[in-house]
Amino acid sequence: MEAQEIKIKSYITKYNNEKKALISILQDIQEEYNYLPQEALKIVSETLDIPLIDIVGVATFYRAFSLEPRGKHLITVCTGTACHVRGGPKILEKFEDMLNIKAGNTTPDAQFTLETVACLGCCAIGPVVVVDTNYYAQTTIRNVDSILKRHRKEEKENEAN
Amino acid sequence: MIKLIINGLEANAEEGWTILETAKFYGLEIPTLCYNEGLSTYGGCRLCLVEIGEGSKAKLVSSCTYPAEDGLVVRTDTKRVIETRRMMIELMLSIAPNSKTIQDLASKFGVKQVRFKIRNEECILCGLCVRMCAEQMDGRAIGFQNRGHKRKISTPFDIKSEVCRLCGGCMYICPVCQLRCQGPQADTAVCNACLTMDPTCLDYYDDLQCWMYDAGRCGTCVREEPEKSDRKEQSTKQ
Repeated sequence: MEAQEIKIKSYITKYNNEKKALISILQDIQEEYNYLPQEALKIVSETLDIPLIDIVGVATFYRAFSLEPRGKHLITVCTGTACHVRGGPKILEKFEDMLNIKAGNTTPDAQFTLETVACLGCCAIGPVVVVDTNYYAQTTIRNVDSILKRHRKEEKENEAN
Repeated sequence: MIKLIINGLEANAEEGWTILETAKFYGLEIPTLCYNEGLSTYGGCRLCLVEIGEGSKAKLVSSCTYPAEDGLVVRTDTKRVIETRRMMIELMLSIAPNSKTIQDLASKFGVKQVRFKIRNEECILCGLCVRMCAEQMDGRAIGFQNRGHKRKISTPFDIKSEVCRLCGGCMYICPVCQLRCQGPQADTAVCNACLTMDPTCLDYYDDLQCWMYDAGRCGTCVREEPEKSDRKEQSTKQ
């Protein structure tokens, strides 16, 4: 825990211990751990002198933050109106089948987290699937397998390197 | 000194007063729910809505947050205001039909039906407990979490907070979770108990102390008392 505490405090000092930098600090923690650990939030609360409940309020307000551990890759399937019409729910269903989890959950091996989003603002290329920072346009059920394979492969390559 | 017109009457307000405070000073009644004198204003329940401005520019504002301004024309009981208040009460009733505070408001404003899906929740998100905890008790143990339809009031991580002293201030001030409405028609959303109820208290308490905080004020117990005692005497005679 010691090392973790020092790390989190370094994120806070990066922003000169300023209260207004709370969201930036939480973003850094989220990037490091892929979620916001309770201990981390307590350290932030003590160091910045912000009540813990206010930090939790911010952390639960924004979708970008998660209090539950997330997988290494975040798969976001758009189920907004345009993507819904073009078959978004079927793609989501296929992802759920392939990964054997429900939307909003993480695979047991902590590789993938599956989430839905209401609209990404790029309806023209729907149905849209976003994996981490890669956008997949006009996805079909057939593409789902290759998308997953590609990211699994990347993972293996990273490990080999 | 600020000069404004409330319901056609000239009113003087001190610097920094809200419309609600000014109206209260002049004895005009504006219903409130999420407002408490000892706490900061929130403007969440929309019961204290009043109409300001004239003609097509007239608009509804929450009087608990709107500062008194020079030359402001305020109307506290127009048809539009009352209709809107009724709607707000109806919406709140659909969330928490068991709250006596809200049922009393419904009786007072003649809300006879609830056209929305009954949710039977124990929170209307008025934020009184959050402000009570932070401002009066200096606790900051509870607060709003999530957003949209998932918004709720809870402690961090939904476990007992380290800063909570179990003072009970949040429960004391809550208009929903403490005072239960136990009207005769508990299965319907609107009980209108205070209008139609036979007093149940006389059957339980000899000292006529009312178990409902304000119910004695409506006078139903006093009115019904002799009749009830007559009935009791008859039954004992038989």
